[in-house]
Formats: sequence, structure tokens, C-alpha cells
Amino acid sequence: MRYIPNTEQDRRQMLDAIGAGSVDNLFADVPDALRLKRPLKIPPALAEAEVVKRLRSLADRNADADRYNSFLGAGCYDHFSPAIIAHLVLRGEFLTAYTPYQPEISQGTLQALFEYQTLVCQLTGMEVSNASMYEGASSTAEAILMAHRITGRTEVVVGRAVHPEYRQVARTYAAQVGLVFREIAFNEAGVTDLDAVKRTLGPQTACLVVQYPNFFGGVEDLVPLAEAAHAAGALCVVCVAEPIALGLLKSPGECGADLVTGEGQGLGTGMNYGGPALGFLATREQYVRHVPGRLVGQTVDRDGRPGYVLTLATREQHIRREKATSNICTAESLIALMATIYLVSMGPQGLREVALQNLRKAAFAKGRLGKVSGCGIRFGGPTFNEFVVRVAKKPAAILKQLLKHEIIGGVDLGRFYPELADCLLLCVTEQKTREQIDALIEALGGVR
Amino acid sequence: MSGPERTVGTQGLAFNEPLIFDQGSPGRVGYSLPPCDVPEKKAEALIPSHLLRGPIPGLPEVSEVDVVRHYTRISQWNFGIDLGFYPLGSCTMKYNPRVNEDVARLPGFARAHPYLPDALAQGALELMWELERYLAEISGLDRVSLHPSAGAHGELTGVMMIRAYHQSKGSPRRKILIPESAHGTNPASSALCGYQVVTIKSGPQGVVEPQAVAEAMDDQVAAIMITNPNTLGLFEEHIAEIAAIVHAKGGQVYCDGANLNAVMGVTRPGDWGVDLIQINLHKTFSQPHGGGGPGAGPVGVRKHLAPFLPVPTVEKRSDAFVLDFDRPQSIGKVRSFAASFGVMVRAYAYIRSLGAAGLTQAAETAVLNANYIMHQLKGAYHLPYDRLCKHECVFSDAIQIQNDVKTLDVAKRLMDYGFHPPTIYFPLIVSGALMIEPTETESKETLDQFIAAMREIAREAREEPEVVRGAPHKPRVSRMDETRAARQPILRWKPKS
Repeated sequence: MRYIPNTEQDRRQMLDAIGAGSVDNLFADVPDALRLKRPLKIPPALAEAEVVKRLRSLADRNADADRYNSFLGAGCYDHFSPAIIAHLVLRGEFLTAYTPYQPEISQGTLQALFEYQTLVCQLTGMEVSNASMYEGASSTAEAILMAHRITGRTEVVVGRAVHPEYRQVARTYAAQVGLVFREIAFNEAGVTDLDAVKRTLGPQTACLVVQYPNFFGGVEDLVPLAEAAHAAGALCVVCVAEPIALGLLKSPGECGADLVTGEGQGLGTGMNYGGPALGFLATREQYVRHVPGRLVGQTVDRDGRPGYVLTLATREQHIRREKATSNICTAESLIALMATIYLVSMGPQGLREVALQNLRKAAFAKGRLGKVSGCGIRFGGPTFNEFVVRVAKKPAAILKQLLKHEIIGGVDLGRFYPELADCLLLCVTEQKTREQIDALIEALGGVR
Repeated sequence: MSGPERTVGTQGLAFNEPLIFDQGSPGRVGYSLPPCDVPEKKAEALIPSHLLRGPIPGLPEVSEVDVVRHYTRISQWNFGIDLGFYPLGSCTMKYNPRVNEDVARLPGFARAHPYLPDALAQGALELMWELERYLAEISGLDRVSLHPSAGAHGELTGVMMIRAYHQSKGSPRRKILIPESAHGTNPASSALCGYQVVTIKSGPQGVVEPQAVAEAMDDQVAAIMITNPNTLGLFEEHIAEIAAIVHAKGGQVYCDGANLNAVMGVTRPGDWGVDLIQINLHKTFSQPHGGGGPGAGPVGVRKHLAPFLPVPTVEKRSDAFVLDFDRPQSIGKVRSFAASFGVMVRAYAYIRSLGAAGLTQAAETAVLNANYIMHQLKGAYHLPYDRLCKHECVFSDAIQIQNDVKTLDVAKRLMDYGFHPPTIYFPLIVSGALMIEPTETESKETLDQFIAAMREIAREAREEPEVVRGAPHKPRVSRMDETRAARQPILRWKPKS
């Protein structure tokens, strides 16, 4: 086996040094009745070329976005990833390092994560960011638990325009400690109904949770929502599934958010059939000791040289055990590094331009689709790079028809919202060309 | 010149590299975008202006060259498996095969969207379906959820399933038993699910005694969470008896599978009486650690817990693979979409590369390497539990402390010799613990170099302890002031005002 260097002779020498007759003797502490007395039922080893062939044959049976004209978004976005991202994260120094417990020989990871924390703060308009979480949905759940710890309250008010899977995961987490969820309808503009929010917030509300832009692509007006939450003594949690939007939209921090969480996958890390992704969580300085996950801080060494360490560890499970802010430890450092490289490569200008392209292309497609016979735009409010189309025929039938043209026409919303069973959610990123948008319109019968 | 000059440690190149925020120049760019091929409407025409922001202040303006050089330079301040021996106990720092990186980046995987209709994602689903079967076979359990994104996430998912199981029988119960040698994530995961943690003391042999479990066991105990092999690197030889005691009172047996690398193909948790286990793909199955993730912690369960698995599961129906969301007793979802799929691709490629015999050989070699190190360092360092070990061995600083040299000093001094230190001060039940896990991917020569360095440090601790106490001397920076970092937290760069 090419990954195992020791030869039979090496083994012999080592066994002799130990004074053990055989490797089997080293397992003498495993009771005989518990020993597996047959080989594992796993196929025999493949050579490297065979592994590549097998994996390629599996990969070839997926409809990837290079071969299909896909309008899927809904929490996982097809954005261009500059070549340098893959090249830099394949450096063994980054790829094959553990969590930076020994700072003297982990300054690369630590400085990169310090830069990541800074970038997340800049993007979200917040003061403190942790060093990454698993992905958007569980980060939202952790943010809700954090709001519960801070306020001591037990209810969560959450908009139904928050990603259905994020709400599902948040419920799974929150059910363990008995938090009660109150869901708020969306209005005809496709955003969270402010009056309903005000009616529902109460003295037991720990936080209000809204998504920005929301699951339908709608741009929520966060200021009155945050004000309403604060008036009830609750925190405002804003989750962001499409971070590219923050290149153009006012930051949640500026709008009064107390916690900003969500998914960083859109920042050049690829789709990967849904993961690994990148959870992020940012907040105000006053709440820093409630933050789950790792934090990197700046300090100096014995000789006064600046450097970085993991810090505020007394929040964490390896010190506090059952009293920790969370059980999270290993998260998504390498994906955070990808997002870091993406953000610094784009810079202020690139981030704005890519967000603008998303907005413009989606607006173009939305305008055209609104004129296709049997199609209509479902909501009246402003949207970023996603929008909901109401269709006259069954959405499943339309998706099937589009597939004949190698077009994946979005998400059938009936899957998540019975009241939107006649709707599709479409996403148009900067990766879509006008030609591809035209092909979609054409396949649907063209503009009337 | 003392020891390190003769070994692999060097100072190499050590650039001074500022933060990216202190670099660049206004107007410099590191990106390119195709021209916009749709009408270039103003943002204000599409979104009300009070919802818009200007360019983000403080974002660096750098060229592609600047970015490549910056991250390449700071990468050189990192130690990784590719650079040398990384015997970090409980972390299984084995070689990360490069072919796995290549196959994970195939467009059919990397460019696949998670909401593809099942019919258009058959390759991804087949891979997950097969991987589930391989992990079930290795662990001796019936079903495996690939959802959890890390070991701790797997524990949490497991405890949620335990809770749902007991709830289905009428009451979630109140307590979870956890041996004192456990990873801190075990009590933290239990607490997240509202359970009270009851600590079980280890016996004099370093393993959990059935008697201690029997005394703590009652009908309010939901489960025991036990790590096997445990964090001392010892096989919990009474595991089957302990499982029987817990089962007799209706409890569940959760195994923290962080140390599965020691026993693959030799003995299986399912055959010990374990009901659930999380399997750390970033340890046993070679997913790179990436400086702290991504990992994955799939959870294996016995049949009676399968109804509670997170949704969706992957099922085979006639000749097609489907995602099954229709599982009424499921705990729900623990993450978005179906898995950290890229991690699954790497684990799958790894299992296929090793095959049944290779996996067993990996476990056997990991155990041989650990016992070899243990044997060769015995005497130079205090060995609190002098018996066969599995994948790792745990020493202490009891000898060196006589010269006021602590575990931390030994760890830092190892850096000068070109090695990553072992895990230190864990498990908590050994004062000044040094937890060494070599893995199977190290040669005898490497182990011998490490052993020589450790012996040399033991000599230094006796004869020139100040050299050890002042270590490390070779890395670009010396010991960091961690107290200052925690007292006056600086957690982000800010523009100079």
C-alpha cells in the first residue's frame, strides 16, 4: 500500500524492539469474542488510475452546471471561482495542518483566519466574527441559541421567507432545549410582513430571524424589522444565504442587526452538491463571550513581534465542557480561507461589480419571464438574483419540458410551500449569459 | 550546538508579511469579469436606494500577484503533514492522498447543485449510498447518516437521536454518563440536548470499570458516551459488559469513534454492543484537516435507531437512487442539503484505494507504530499506564518536572527539532499529558528520528533545562502572549484612524 511506508522488514524490527511476536499480539487486549474473524466486506484495493476511472464514471452521471443550463440557487449559488483559490488552498501547509493549537508553527492559518474575521465584519457591518462554522443552516441555529443565552428568553419569531431548510435545522436544534417557534407570513411584496412581526413579538421573544435577501430573493427592509425586535427587547438575527448580495445591499450591521449569520459558499467556494460549505457568525463586541466556535486574536510573542493565537477559549468545550457556548470545534477553516482569497481578490470594486451583474442579469431574466405566456412574476417587491415565477402549467411538467433542452429551470416551490405550489424559484448569477437566459425564454415558448 | 542542528528542523525562509489590509493601492484590482451582456440598469432603478451601500471601506485593493504571494508567504509559517511528522494525539494526522483532491474537483461533483433532481444526480447518490454501506460494514452498524459536518456535529446528531428514541418510549430521560477521559465535546453535545452529565471515573488500569457504570446506571440514564479506544489510547476491554449493563436499564451506548483508526477491520463497535457511533472522516478516512475543517462526522446506528436518522437518507429503489425525506420519526435536519459531499468523495476514494486488506493493514500499522514509540520512550518519559496501547500512547512530564521543565516546554522544544508537538494536557486525567499518535503513514526512520529528538529533549531537560524552557528558538515567532490576547481581545483589523 503506497500510503503505508513500513516494509515487512521494518515491521519485524519494530516488533522485535517491542518484544512482541506479531502484530496480532498487539491486539491481545481486545477480547477474542469481539474480534472480527473475517475480512471486511469491502472491495479490494484499486490502483490510483482505477480510482480515478471509478470516480469519473460517478461524476459523469451528475448534471453539473458546465453541461446544463441551470437556474438553481435557493441557498447554493454558482459563482465564478478564480483559479488561484484552488491553487492556494492545495498548498500542503494550509491543506494538511490541524486546528492551530500551536501558534508558533501555525501563523499562516491564524493570520488568514484573522483576515477572514475582518472581512466578514466588513461585509456584514458587524464588530466581531468567529473563525467559521459548518454551514448556513446550523450557523443560524447556533445564532438562535446564542440569542436565547443572551436574553434568557424562550421564543423565536422567524419569517417564513427564511430558507425552509434553515428553519428546519433551527427547529431541530432549538427543540432540544424547548424553544418555541412563531412563524411570520410573507406579504405580496415577497418580504416578511412587518405588522405581523410587531403583533407576534412579545416579552418572551429571544430573537427575530429574517433572511437577507430572503429565500425568494426579496430584499427585506431591515431597519423597521430590527427596530421592532429591539422595541420588544429581542435581538435581531439576520441570516444571509447569498453573501454576494452584500456587495451591493446595505450591511445588516448598518440596519441594526445584532447577529449576522449565514452561508459563505457563494464566495468562490463552489457548489459541491451542497458541501463542504461555510457557516459564518458575526455580532457586536458586547456579545463576544457568548459566541460559539473559534476566535483568532492578535497578540505579541516573547520578543514583542506581532502574531496570532486562538483566544477566548474559556467559552469552548475543551475547557468548559458541558458549560461551553457550543460543542463546535473543527469547522470550515479551509473554506474560510477560500472565501478570504475570493474577497481580497475581488476587492471593493469587484465585489460591487459582481453583485451588480447578478442584479442586472436576474432583473433582465425576470423582466423577460414576466412576458412569457403562462408565466407571471409572483411578488411585487425588489429582488436580488432570485425571483419567484408563477406558472399556469404544473411546475413539475415545465421543469420536465425544460430538461429536454438541457435546462434546469429552478426549484419547484411546492416542495416547501403548499401555497406556492404553482411557483418556481429561479436564480441568475453572473455566470449566466444572455444566450442562456434567451434559451430559457425560448424553451418556455418565447415572449408574447 | 545542541541537538536540533542534526535533525530535520530548519529555519528555512521566513518572510515578514503584513496583513493583506496593509497592502495594495487604490484602484488596483485582482479580478476580471466578462462584460455585462444585459442592459446595464442602475442599481437604484432596481432596488430602492435606501437599501443600497457604496463600495465597502477597508477591503484591500490588490492584484492577483499580490494575493498569490501573500498567501503563499504566510502558508510557509504553517506546519502540515506534508512538511513532517505530526503526532497530534486523538487527531489521526495521516497522509492526505492527493488523488482524492483531484477527484473531488471533477466538475460532475464540484459543479453539481444540491437541488438537482435525483435522476440527474445518480452518480453523487450512488457514491453516498456505497459510502454508507462501507462505513456500516467497518463500524458493524446498520445505517449511517452522512449529514454531520464534524465529529462534534455527529455527537450532537447522535444525542438528538437518543433523545428522540427515548421520547418515543415515553420520556427522553435526564442523564448521560461520560467517562472522565472523554473529549470535551461529549459533555458539550449532551448539554446542547438538555442532558445532565454524570462523570464516570476511570479504573486503575485506565479503562472504565463495569462496576462504576452499574452504580451510576438507572432508568433516568439515556445513554453512556464512551470513547473506544479511549483517549489514553487503551482498548476499553470491558466494553461488551458495560454495554450489557446500560442496555439492561434501557440505556443506549454511544461510541465516540474519533479513534476508529486503531481498530478498522480488527474489531467492530457494532460487535461490542454499541448502538451509535460517529466516524470522523477527517481522521480515519484521510480528509485533510485544512487548518480546522472541513471535516465530517457521519453517524452509524443500529436498526432500532434508524427511524430517527436526519432527513434525507439515500435509498436505492429498484435501480435508481433517491433522497428519502418521508421519515416521520426523523429528528429533522441538522444541516442544509444532504452532506458535506466533497468530504464524502475523498473518503470514498480513500476506502476504494485501500480496500478491505489495506484498511486493516492501516489499523495494524498505526497500532504497531504507537507501541514502538511507547516502548522506545519508556524510561525517558513517565508512562502512567504501562500496558499495550492502540493508536496512541500517553506520557507525562512527571520526570522532567523535577527540573522545572513542563509538558508545554517539551512540546515547544520539539518544534526546534522539526516536529509538530503531540497533543498536550489531554486527557485531563493524566497531569501534564503528552499524547502521541503516529498513524500508519510514517516510516520507521521518521519514528526513530522523533524518538531520538524526544530522548535528546529529555537529556536537555536534565542538563540544560533553560534551553527547553525558552523553546521554541527556531520558528519565526517565539511563544505567544496568550493572556494578553484574551484580556485585550483584538479580533479584527481596523483602519488606522
